[in-house]
Amino acid sequence: MKSHKMLFGLQLAFTLAVCAFLIVPVVLSILAGLTSNYFVGLESGLTLRWVFEVWDGYRDTIFRSIGIALACLLVTLVLGVPTAYVLTRSGSRLSRVVEELLMLPIAVPGLATALALISAYGGMGGFRTSWTFILVGHVLFTLPFMVRSVLAVLASIDLKTLEEGAASLGASFRQRFFDIVLPNCRNGILAGSLMVVTLSIGEFNLTWLLHTPLTKTLPVGLADAYASLRLEIGSAYTLIFLLMIVPLLLAMQAFARPRPRRFISDDPVPESK
Amino acid sequence: MIYLLLPAAAFFGAFFILPMCRLFLVGGSGARGWSAYTAILTDPIYFNSLLATLGVAAATTVATLIISAIAGVFLQRHRFPGNALLVSMLTLPLAFPGVVIGFMVIMLAGRQGLVGTITQALGGDKWVFAYSLGGLFMGYVYFSVPRTILTVMSATEKLDPRLEEAARSLGASTWRVVLDVILPGLKPAFISAGAICFATAVGAFGTAFTLAARINVLPMVIYTEFTLSANIAMAAALSFVLGAVTWLVLALARTAAGSTVAAAG
Repeated sequence: MKSHKMLFGLQLAFTLAVCAFLIVPVVLSILAGLTSNYFVGLESGLTLRWVFEVWDGYRDTIFRSIGIALACLLVTLVLGVPTAYVLTRSGSRLSRVVEELLMLPIAVPGLATALALISAYGGMGGFRTSWTFILVGHVLFTLPFMVRSVLAVLASIDLKTLEEGAASLGASFRQRFFDIVLPNCRNGILAGSLMVVTLSIGEFNLTWLLHTPLTKTLPVGLADAYASLRLEIGSAYTLIFLLMIVPLLLAMQAFARPRPRRFISDDPVPESK
Repeated sequence: MIYLLLPAAAFFGAFFILPMCRLFLVGGSGARGWSAYTAILTDPIYFNSLLATLGVAAATTVATLIISAIAGVFLQRHRFPGNALLVSMLTLPLAFPGVVIGFMVIMLAGRQGLVGTITQALGGDKWVFAYSLGGLFMGYVYFSVPRTILTVMSATEKLDPRLEEAARSLGASTWRVVLDVILPGLKPAFISAGAICFATAVGAFGTAFTLAARINVLPMVIYTEFTLSANIAMAAALSFVLGAVTWLVLALARTAAGSTVAAAG
């Protein structure tokens, strides 16, 4: 029993150490962003000066990132949800191939995807210099996550029976899709949406090559600030980024918790006579 | 019904398949011609950066798996006050992009970093290793631990506790249970999570870019070829090879683990 207690203690200590490794730099960075002079330390006093400076200098990157993330969400919804539906329903070898293809942009480094996009479309001036060029990259990268998360939900419900039931009652394909399929995969769509927005806001690998001086996004600005400005500015900018991304992450964590299934239960249906 | 696939297929064809084919052609169009694709093995500069990249990725994978296995199994098996808080803290950096991870490494091991301050206060030299391969390794571990812990936890949840009870009742020690029951049960999760760690570390660019300086990993080499040397053909060939390597690792893991590999950020 004693050795069990010791083992528990050791494991707890190890886990706490890992936690510290992950969290301490975040805390340090937040403090640095609020400290007057980080080199001197906290004694130099707390200030919001750096945050305001970042806000003045990089405000446009913040709004652009949010805009791109929302546009990306819209496109992935329109492209991804029907794709997941077809993949569930057809269930053939074709859908294996399609799934494999769709996952490629995750497997391939963002740098390679960005270079490919530039070599194919870099010559199209208007497209190359607009924010939609970045949007295309973000959609490629996030689409698999939307498809995956909707697929996961669709695979856990008996869609075929539900649809056949509806069809036998005379529902058209359109009605079935909007009144049965979509409400049933609502959780998957929500989880996928959170994922898409979070990933798009933070995307750097692709964006760094795709961006132009007029289409900088938040992570691009972060890289800029880290490279050329003082530690406090980089930290204050990181703080703003954290404020945007942490609520999304917390929402995602809340979603990841197992929840009771609502639509088709495994329990025998009580007879109602 | 198949028509529903058309929009996605059109988008994917126009913006991924076509550009990738184009990239492949560009790779063979430079001064080296098609031998650009073999230069990664024959040119010592590229070959050394390939070795450095694979080395860092392998070290990251091993370290991440060990850390996540210990912490993940522990958190899943023991319910205690604060457990949920620990889990959310461990998974908080999940969506940090590579650049931010690089900055966190600078906060820890950079010129004004915590490690340097502590080692100096203890009377030793100021440890600054953020801008080297060591820093990159640290960054990749930081990046990979949160997602791997989640994978390990969900795999642990699915392990049948009766197997462990059976082993114990037959007189197996804690270590034997870990070695013969828990680890084999987690093997598929390890393979898929490890493959993702490895592929991400091979292809990640943001962290190396933030730490920059003297780190010659392949993504950085590709980037300098493209921007500084304007050697677009070489950059294309290298990134095509890099993409093939990461895809192959993930595909092999998928076959080995017998299930779809969860995706990486």
